[in-house]
Parts: sequence; C-alpha cells; structure tokens
Amino acid sequence: MSAILIDNVRLLDPASGRDGGGRVLVEDGRIAALDPRRVPQKGVDRIDGRGGILAPGFIDMRSFAVDAPAALAGGITTVVLMPDQAPAIDTAAKVQFARDPDPATPSVRVEVMGAATQETAGTAMAEIGLMAEAGAVGFTDGRRAIADALLMRRLLEYARLVDRPVVQHAEDPALAAGGAMNEGEIATRLGLPGIPAAAEAIMIERDARLVRLTGGRLHIAQVSAAESVEVLRRIRREDGAVSAGVSPHHFTLNETAVGDYRTFAKVSPPLRGEEDRRALVEAIRDGVIDVICSAHEPRDQDAKRLPFSEAAPGIVGYETLLPLTLALHHHHDVPLLPLIGMLTARPAALLGLAGGRIAEGAPADLVRFDPDRPWRIDPTRFRSETQNTPFTGMPVAGRIEMTMIGGRILFREEGS
Amino acid sequence: MSDTDGRTRRKRDRGARTPAPASPPPGRKPFPHRDLLGIEGLAAEEITFLLDTAEGYAGSARPAAGPRPLTGLTQINLFFEASTRTLMSFEIAGKRLGMDTVSFAVAASSIKKGETLLDTAQTLNAMRPDVLVVRHAHSGAVSLLAEKVHCAVINAGDGRHEHPTQALLDALTIRRRKGRLAGLTVAICGDITHSRVARSNIHLLAAMGARIRVVAPPTLLPRDCDRLGVEVHHHMRDGLADCDVVMMLRLQKERMQGAFVPSEREFYHFYGLTPDKLARARRDVLVMHPGPMNRGVEIATAVADDLAHSAIEEQVEMGVAVRMACLDVLTRHLRPDMAA
Repeated sequence: MSAILIDNVRLLDPASGRDGGGRVLVEDGRIAALDPRRVPQKGVDRIDGRGGILAPGFIDMRSFAVDAPAALAGGITTVVLMPDQAPAIDTAAKVQFARDPDPATPSVRVEVMGAATQETAGTAMAEIGLMAEAGAVGFTDGRRAIADALLMRRLLEYARLVDRPVVQHAEDPALAAGGAMNEGEIATRLGLPGIPAAAEAIMIERDARLVRLTGGRLHIAQVSAAESVEVLRRIRREDGAVSAGVSPHHFTLNETAVGDYRTFAKVSPPLRGEEDRRALVEAIRDGVIDVICSAHEPRDQDAKRLPFSEAAPGIVGYETLLPLTLALHHHHDVPLLPLIGMLTARPAALLGLAGGRIAEGAPADLVRFDPDRPWRIDPTRFRSETQNTPFTGMPVAGRIEMTMIGGRILFREEGS
Repeated sequence: MSDTDGRTRRKRDRGARTPAPASPPPGRKPFPHRDLLGIEGLAAEEITFLLDTAEGYAGSARPAAGPRPLTGLTQINLFFEASTRTLMSFEIAGKRLGMDTVSFAVAASSIKKGETLLDTAQTLNAMRPDVLVVRHAHSGAVSLLAEKVHCAVINAGDGRHEHPTQALLDALTIRRRKGRLAGLTVAICGDITHSRVARSNIHLLAAMGARIRVVAPPTLLPRDCDRLGVEVHHHMRDGLADCDVVMMLRLQKERMQGAFVPSEREFYHFYGLTPDKLARARRDVLVMHPGPMNRGVEIATAVADDLAHSAIEEQVEMGVAVRMACLDVLTRHLRPDMAA
C-alpha cells in the first residue's frame, strides 16, 4: 500500500490532548509519523485537509446493526455490535463470525459484545471466557436488562477473569413492563403507559453495589435520567469501576418529541423530561458520563407504522452522531477536545482497543470534518438501511468530509 | 518421566520409610479431643500424631492374622448424604481393627419420616455406640450431633465446612511421596466455594507450614478466602507455576447449568488439568483428586492416569489407614491396654 500524507489539518487527538495544526503520514494502514519533516516526493499521495479537523475515527459503543455505509458516512470507524441479534451472539464461533463479516472487502471495523447470558435470555451465563478469547470486547444482553441480581453478581465476578466490562441496559423490567414512554404528565395526557426514571436509577444503584461486592467492571449503556446522573455522581466519587454512556437523542430531545404519537421518537430508554436532558448535558460537561454512543438501530416502516405502544423502539444514529454531539460544543460550551474524546479515546480505553488516538503506530483510522459547516438533517439523503429518525429538518453544524480506515479512504463527502 | 520410573520410585519410597513410632509428648495426651470434628484448631503436633499413627497402618494391607485391638467396640456409620468411597473406607477401617461396624441407611430411616437430628442423637445414645461416623449435608450438623451424644464422633463431611479425614489422607499421601509437608507449594484447584475438602486441606496444610494457593474462577471462590492464609489465583498458568502438589476438586456437575461457570466446555478450557497446564508445575509434581473424578471436566484422562505424577489411587489406600488411625486414637480411653 502506498503512503498518504494528510497535510494542512487541525489535529485533534483527545488521547494526547493535542489540538493544533499538523500533518500525518500514513503507511501500511498505520500512522507512520506525526509532523514528518521530510516526506519523499515519490510514492506518497497527498491530501490537502484545507484546515479541517482531523480526529481519530469514532468508536460507537452501541450498535444494533453494522450498516456499514451509514457508519462510514457518520465518521465511525469501529462499530461495537450488540449481541441481541437473531440468532444471539452467545458463543465463541458466533463472535468470530460477526467480527469478520467479509475480510476481503475493506469496511468499517466490527467489534463484538458477546451475550452475557445464553440466548440473551437472562437465565444462564454464556461462555464468557471462550468468547473473550475469540475477541469479544465486553458482555451484555443488549436491549435486555440483566434483571436477576444473583446472575449479575456472578457475571461481574466471572468477567474479572478476562478483564472485560459487563454492559447493562439499566432498566428494571418489572417497573418498565408495558411502558412506552417516560412516565409523567405527557404520558398521562397521551394515555400511554409510562416508564419511571426510577427504573433506571434503581438498576444502576443495585449494580454499583454488586460492583463493590465483586470487584467487577460495569458499564451503563445509555443513561437517560437526572436521577441516574445523581446516582452516578455519587458512585464515581466512591470508586471508578462504573462507566456510563449516553446517546445524542437523550441529550438533544425531551419527551415532548413524542408529540402526537410520533413513533420515530420511541426509544429505549425513553426520552425524558427537560430537567433530565439538562442534567445529561451537565454530566457530559463534568465527565460523569464517559462515552457518547449512537444506539444505531434501523427499523423499517412495518415496525414503526403502528400504534405507539406496539411500535418498536429505536432510531438510526450513525449519520447524526457528530453534528448532535457538536451541538453541545456550539450551544452549551462543552470544550471540543473532551467531547470528541467521548467518541474516540474513552471508548477505546474502556474496551481495550488499539484505535481512538492519533499516535505513531496506531491504526490509521481517521476522520476529517468541518465542525461549523451548517446543514439540515434530511433522512432521504441517509445511507442507512432505514430512515427512522426524529431529527428530520433539524438545522445542525458539523459535517464528516472523509473517513479513513486502516489507511484507506472509505468515505468522501460529495464536493469535498 | 516414564511410568516405570514412577512405579519404582513409589516402591522405593514405601520401603525406605519405616513407620515412626507415635510417641506422645511428655506430660500431655497426644490427642486430647473426644471427637474429630474438623482440622481447624488442631495443633501441628496433633496432626502429626494422627499421621504417624496412620503411617503405622499404611503398610499393613490385610492384618487378618494380626491383632484386632478394637474388638468388641461398636462403630456406627451415619450417612445422611450419599457416599460410596468414604462410607466403605470407614467400614473397612473399622472391620480391620475388629470393630462391630453398622452402617445406617438414611433413605430407609425415620429421619426421612421427620425425626429431628437431636431425636436421632437420643436414639443413638440408647444403642451405646463407641464411635459415631457422621456425614451430613448441612455445615455444622455433625458438631450439633456431637454435643448430644455420649461417644466419640468423627466428621465424615458436613456440608461445605470440613472433611477432616480427607485432609489427613491427603497429607499422609503427600508426606509419603515428598517426605514432608512444610515448605511445599500446594495448589488447590476448582470449586473451592462448595468444597469441604478444600477447607480442611487449607487448615491442615497451613498448620503444617505448606504454602497454599487456590486456583478458581472468581465465582467459585468464597468471599475473603485470602484471609484463610492462601494465595488466590484465577489462572492456572500462574497458580500452578512451580508447585509441588496439585489438588484437583470435583466440579459439582449438578450445579453447573449456567450457575457458577458457563459450561463444562469452558471450565475444562480454563481450569481442566491438562498435560500442558501441568507442565507449569515442578517436574516431580504430585497430582491428587479426592474423587469421584469428572474426566474431561476438571482433569484430563492423560493426567489422571499418569502413574508418574498421579497419586489418586494411593489416596484411596491411605484413606483406610487414616480412618483406622482415627478410630484407634479416639477409642484409646476405652481400652485397658492403652488407657494408661
């Protein structure tokens, strides 16, 4: 593979704290040199970055479908696939297969979370050790909470063997049973069954105590409520073995987005109140939440054109991940470097991945974006499998211009 | 090391050591307890005394013509939990010493009909046994019974608490093979949480000055077990490094289904004793297992049957000797020849 020099860019690397002009030499799929003094004229392709930001490719810690074209367009170079597929990824062989969908075609990198329980049924522990040897980066039951406290205790204990986190969809299933949206005035007016924020906080509280008991590692997949933030703040003061993620829709929208039974705004955990949304923004600013994940979940019309209670939850998130995250910088003054770190260095550290940083020897997984370029979200232009997004027509700033994985440019925005 | 080497070494070992005469320290009874309820709390010299006594019985396979010092005494084996080898071992030990041995079939007894443990004790007192050998599924049940009966009680395993004769026979086996217990590194591997064998062995080996490691997944280690004076390991490669003895424990298959470990397959992959894992240990490592073995779950057949290293058969043989010694020592006050 020939070498590529990316010149005239603003290098943004949260792992090292670097934010400033520079250039990067890529060779054999890796970052060969930062700011090389001399670059041979021959055999080196040059890319003029035109002053845009060059950051590590994004690592999306919560994906329900690989959906590679959309991931690449969203600047995501590594998707972490959830195991609650059909069939569930609950053995070493399935982990291996899911990680290498088609090795011949360069595409987005796929990392896999193994099922925490067999068939993600929540009753019997899955083969965690063997799956870890096959490359599973963590263990979770995806959209299902691990409800049984004893089973959760054993999982946290056992996963210590392979030093992988257990990832929890924190929602007490008994309290959430039958719920379609956040419990509160709007649910009452719409006549929809509600899911109280306590269902989330209780689970986080319980699991944090199990972490203290077992010495395991826990990651809360998606935090949605102010109560949960409160619990996390306290836990994190006590010890740091609990990490947490958040999705853009939870810090961008509140429950009013459900409006007139809009099923595209049906997500799990549900959109909460405005105070909850504000609390999430503060938690991101304070570092109480570690990562931002898209929770990308394509749902077709058949799953969404249903009465609200029966519609499937889920939104496509890859292509709106960057602009919605940047809104925190533009409108809430969250500093850019740690914000981009929540998409890169921090997920890499939690999962022990080699990417997520711009350093000599690291894989050349890079994105170039213009943080200020305005556009209007138009799902008809999405590359994703389906277009279930609640953000139609929303004006945003920040656009991915190029996505490089292993030294190959796999996405280039038209006109750039 | 070939099989032949192992066999000859074993023979030589056995011939080389003459049983040391068990002499009590002056001014004190060598084993001043009425019962043998556990290893915890026994002094090193008391353990040594039991082992020395057992050593005396270890050579004599069939004392048909010899003296039967316990003739006329009654031994009742009361097994509330199924057992084959321990029960048989106690029966044979008693019979070799000349005792009248009765084994109590719990399945057909009134205990199943609702009699409490203490009522059973009263019934037994009326039968006037001299030694009661008890196994029970609940920790502490044997001690409770011992408080209420008027004879010596030997704990043949209570719940997940203690199994003292197993630890003694393991120690005797090690001592005969290695010549000592002090200073050896012993790795106890597998289901520690549910194992009374592990607990008794930890107490015994600690009292005798061995270095003890436990190797298990975190789910099969009891809480704070490092406070028992053991090194805790989660990986066989670290736990077995340079150890002199490896004790494998039975993985309770009935508890397997997704509970403490995901599957037998995964357990064998990480914790099954295979030749390559054993290669981490010292070249003259001794492999032990209290039985019954699950081949292909916690131990590979190639290791279990490797005569150069495996002491599994010898453990069963030493079981009888150790139980003879316990019956002997606990009945000395009843025998005019020994009572002095």
